[in-house]
Amino acid sequence: MNQKNAVASTIDPDDVARFSAVAAEWWDMQGPFAPLHKFTPVRLGLIREWLSDHFVLSETAEVPFDGLKLLDIGCGGGLISEPLTRLGAAVTGIDADERTIGTAQVHAEQTGLEIDYRTCLAEDLAAEMPGAFDAVIASEVIEHVADPELFVASLAKLVRPGGAVFVTTLNRTMKSLLFGKFAAEYVLRWVPAGTHDWRQFLTPEELRALLTEAGLVMAEKTGIRFDPLGDTFERSSDLGINYAMLAVRPKAA
Amino acid sequence: MGIFTRCANPCSPCGALYLANGTRAKFWRRDKGSKSVKDILCDALIVGGGLSGISAALALDAVGLSVTVIDRVPVETHVAAGHDGRTTAISQSSKRMLVRLGVWDALPEAPCAIDDIRVREGGSPLFLQFDHEDAGPDPMGFILDNGSLKAGLYRAAATRPGIRIVSPASVERLERNGEAATAILADGRRITAQLAVAADGRGSPTRRAAGLRITELSYDQTAITCTVTHERPHDHVAFEHFRPAGPFAMLPLNDAADGTHQSCLVWSERTGAANALMGLTDGEFDLEMQRAFGESLGRLRVTGKRWAYPLGLIHAERYIDRRLVLVGDAAHGIHPIAGQGFNLGLRDIAALADTIEDARRIGLDFGSAPVLEKYQRWRRFDVMTMIAATDGLNRLFSNDSAAVRLLRDAGLGLVQRVGPLKRAFMRGAMGTLGTLPRLMQDPARH
Repeated sequence: MNQKNAVASTIDPDDVARFSAVAAEWWDMQGPFAPLHKFTPVRLGLIREWLSDHFVLSETAEVPFDGLKLLDIGCGGGLISEPLTRLGAAVTGIDADERTIGTAQVHAEQTGLEIDYRTCLAEDLAAEMPGAFDAVIASEVIEHVADPELFVASLAKLVRPGGAVFVTTLNRTMKSLLFGKFAAEYVLRWVPAGTHDWRQFLTPEELRALLTEAGLVMAEKTGIRFDPLGDTFERSSDLGINYAMLAVRPKAA
Repeated sequence: MGIFTRCANPCSPCGALYLANGTRAKFWRRDKGSKSVKDILCDALIVGGGLSGISAALALDAVGLSVTVIDRVPVETHVAAGHDGRTTAISQSSKRMLVRLGVWDALPEAPCAIDDIRVREGGSPLFLQFDHEDAGPDPMGFILDNGSLKAGLYRAAATRPGIRIVSPASVERLERNGEAATAILADGRRITAQLAVAADGRGSPTRRAAGLRITELSYDQTAITCTVTHERPHDHVAFEHFRPAGPFAMLPLNDAADGTHQSCLVWSERTGAANALMGLTDGEFDLEMQRAFGESLGRLRVTGKRWAYPLGLIHAERYIDRRLVLVGDAAHGIHPIAGQGFNLGLRDIAALADTIEDARRIGLDFGSAPVLEKYQRWRRFDVMTMIAATDGLNRLFSNDSAAVRLLRDAGLGLVQRVGPLKRAFMRGAMGTLGTLPRLMQDPARH
């Protein structure tokens, strides 16, 4: 298994330090990752729907992802890796932080799920296993990487021709600065202050340009908004704060 | 801890491999050598095999879970005549759910339809009539005795291979951790599931053991219920008579085999007065009942046993805890004034089934806290509304002050005259208001 130094190309070392401090609390639903737990149903719903459409999978099957090889980049404690495994996929989860991967491994064992967790970086895995995955998921990660261009190129390299890349992130607008950063970090105290650097956020146009540059074709996009009454995140036509995108690697190179 | 455990269904150990979280492993093989009959692994375990428990088993089975029900009382006792003297009002949306779960067609007798509800207040001459034609072509609801309803539920459950009923058996303790809930039975058997459902009634030992507190309110009212025969047909009309001591209801039942007309009496009185009524002979009771009800159905006669149930309101402060969820009376017991107790419990169960189905669709652990919280948020709002309505209704009418009476009469007259208000009241009573879970939705409207 890879044991890379966290001070490598695309990961911002400050980010790694911040997450390590709370690694063991990943699965505490009332803990520091509560907002990510709240955010999880909407992104899983999008992954299920978009990948089912893209790969023409059954809408009603109990294990619709049976046979799919998925990569969850920045998997954290396994919030996305575990559900995708329950849906039948063979999941590889990677994270730059060793303690986080440790948490994920322990939790998967407790719940009886088999997941291939590794401590490594996307670009290293891309060199090791190019084109190995039917779909690559990078949810709430790209806003933390130091070199988004290199990161997106790695995503494109990891997915097989005909496969898909799923990304969620925060937009760089006044609204996202207000709601995505200040409200979440300072007012609601959802995430530790300093979690996000607003200047690192990408607009949908910028992300799309990066994906295109890496040879991917955008297939789907949607906004995601928080509904304070239902205390849930929902799809929205407004891409002003959170948004999701699916891009496809064309079959013929 | 091993990752896999083997299915040990005492009835038919199939050797299927289960993950530690209770989900069936993707690859499993039959193992004829398995002799263990002690332990059971399933998706959900339900404590309590009454109306709510079996309804919950059927609803969770319908969304694909394997279910084990644990009950102290053997099945035969549940369905034996005279075990439970009460009747249950079934709303339209509850009927749709019972049809979908295969219960309606398994009922030993068809429930009696209520076409109209006639409401009268104290000595007031005002009558409020809820005719189902005001709300649509369907009956307002149905009345069924609990014995028949239980028989239908148990018959439907017997046809489902995913439902296992363990009874008579008592839960000694329920162990719950981050991954699973395990019921340890008095005989040493262990039943492990991803989620435990407490459907063990108003006094729910499971709720108490979990330390979930309740808010309790006693009405100092006792309801007397019994079957009453009468000279004239009821024409599918339910009578609700609000009296200062409490509501008095006569609910239509199907004619007996010999053509005798009959209804079910639910008579609430101050507990002291109710005890006195219970002490009367049948003949004396008939006279009191006749005096309270009037002559519209002709001569009234009690048949069979009279049952007395003290009335009170309970509401659990939380419906969920780690790997545990409360449904039905274990979560809330309301005043029977509007006949909504069972319907409210069924809505819990349908909402739980919806929430679990949605969670499983996206691969979430359906027994985890965020999933259970969604259920709690959905149900608490609905239940609080119903508590406010029934408690308010009871307080409003069980009061003899002249001022309140004046307001009441004005209110009844107002509701009678204002069409939309009346329709809203009726849709509420028929159980078609608000966000309906999928099991209760009207296919014509969705």
